[in-house]
Amino acid sequence: MKEHNILIIGGGPAGMETAYQLKQLGLKPIIIERNDRLGGHLAQWDRLFPTSETAVGLLERLKENTKDIEVKLDSRITNIEKINGTFHVSLSTNKNFEVDAVVVCTGFELFNAERKQEYGYGIYDRVITNAELEDYFKTHDDKRVDEPRRIGFVHCVGSRDVKVNNTYCSKVCCATALKQACEIKDEFPDADVYCFYMDLRMFGKGYEDLYLRAQKDFDIKCVRGRVCEVSENIEGKLVIKAEDTLLGTPMKMTLDLLVLMCGMEKAKGVEEIQKMLNLESNNDGFIENSGSFVGINRTKGKGVFVAGACTSPKTLPDTIAEARSTAMEVFNYLIHNC
Amino acid sequence: MIDFGFSISKSSHIQMDNVDLKLFNKLEALNPDISTCMACGLCTATCSAGNFTDASFRKIILMLQRGKDKEALEKVKKCMMCGKCILVCSRGINTRNILLSITRIYNEEDK
Repeated sequence: MKEHNILIIGGGPAGMETAYQLKQLGLKPIIIERNDRLGGHLAQWDRLFPTSETAVGLLERLKENTKDIEVKLDSRITNIEKINGTFHVSLSTNKNFEVDAVVVCTGFELFNAERKQEYGYGIYDRVITNAELEDYFKTHDDKRVDEPRRIGFVHCVGSRDVKVNNTYCSKVCCATALKQACEIKDEFPDADVYCFYMDLRMFGKGYEDLYLRAQKDFDIKCVRGRVCEVSENIEGKLVIKAEDTLLGTPMKMTLDLLVLMCGMEKAKGVEEIQKMLNLESNNDGFIENSGSFVGINRTKGKGVFVAGACTSPKTLPDTIAEARSTAMEVFNYLIHNC
Repeated sequence: MIDFGFSISKSSHIQMDNVDLKLFNKLEALNPDISTCMACGLCTATCSAGNFTDASFRKIILMLQRGKDKEALEKVKKCMMCGKCILVCSRGINTRNILLSITRIYNEEDK
């Protein structure tokens, strides 16, 4: 087999794993990353559900695997033109090269919590996001997390909500919420921790164990009901309203800290890539792939593949598994077509 | 005071800030499995007394957690201690033992 170049758009877990597998198959992947580092959202996380193992452990493993692969950081794609089955790629750094296949691994963006104004993010000081709590666990430098005695987690922020035009489930927030709830309880054992959920979607391996652990060992109190509004009292504490739907009664509660579990949305700027490659969006705004079963790694465009959360919200195990299967799809395509 | 025929309705909200969970915490310390309930409703669906009354193990626990002790104890009275709920509970909660604990802990408080 002759040497083939493959363009990998995005250097998060999906891009890194796809590139690694392609390299293992004897191909030459080139990763284009717009940021100044690899790792995507994983690089901002402290620990991972369901076992709370460190994010840095997985990140280092992925980095180790990609160390011999060509990576172009701080680079954006300005143009892709397909001529006779070959993609001609131009970068913002004025570099040009040719590839035989393209894998889109543009990932996701966290929902901007300010859009759910009733939760008061950006208005009240003690309303923070899942990403900011993760950052606190990493640095322990956030004045808003100040010996909280009562903490609330709101699930499904920006997910399963027509009011923000996101009707889908973001898949990762339930497990993240319970993981973070356990971790903050571990840090502040005297605190009462409440999780406001609609359903607890603990579908993956070890997730249900995490749920049981949260209840049994950490005394996390799960309340079925969505928080409808947040306000601030004169002491600067948060007052929330929700219905306890299992009891059928509305409730009010004062909190010292409220954590919003922001879901996933399509990555910013991905439309430009979609335009260049002629890729459509699905109803949820993510990139449309070729079906829900055998076509998950493919798109309508010949030689254009996808991996990871650019097509729908995904967990890390899902993403890595999909990246591996995409690499195999690319390999089969190149054997038969180039 | 002149009676104008108006009155003020009490808030239907549960004010969690005012709920005293001292007794519930005592109950929970004696029966740690109480916190593992996931509100599936098996206990209530199978309950012999629940077929004819508003007895519901799941709701008793929830009401105690929300400070509705009186209503919860009313429901406890309807239990016949048959133990079917122990047989079905998918989290393996020792429901009957918890009901006995409730009567002991909360009635002691009455005296």
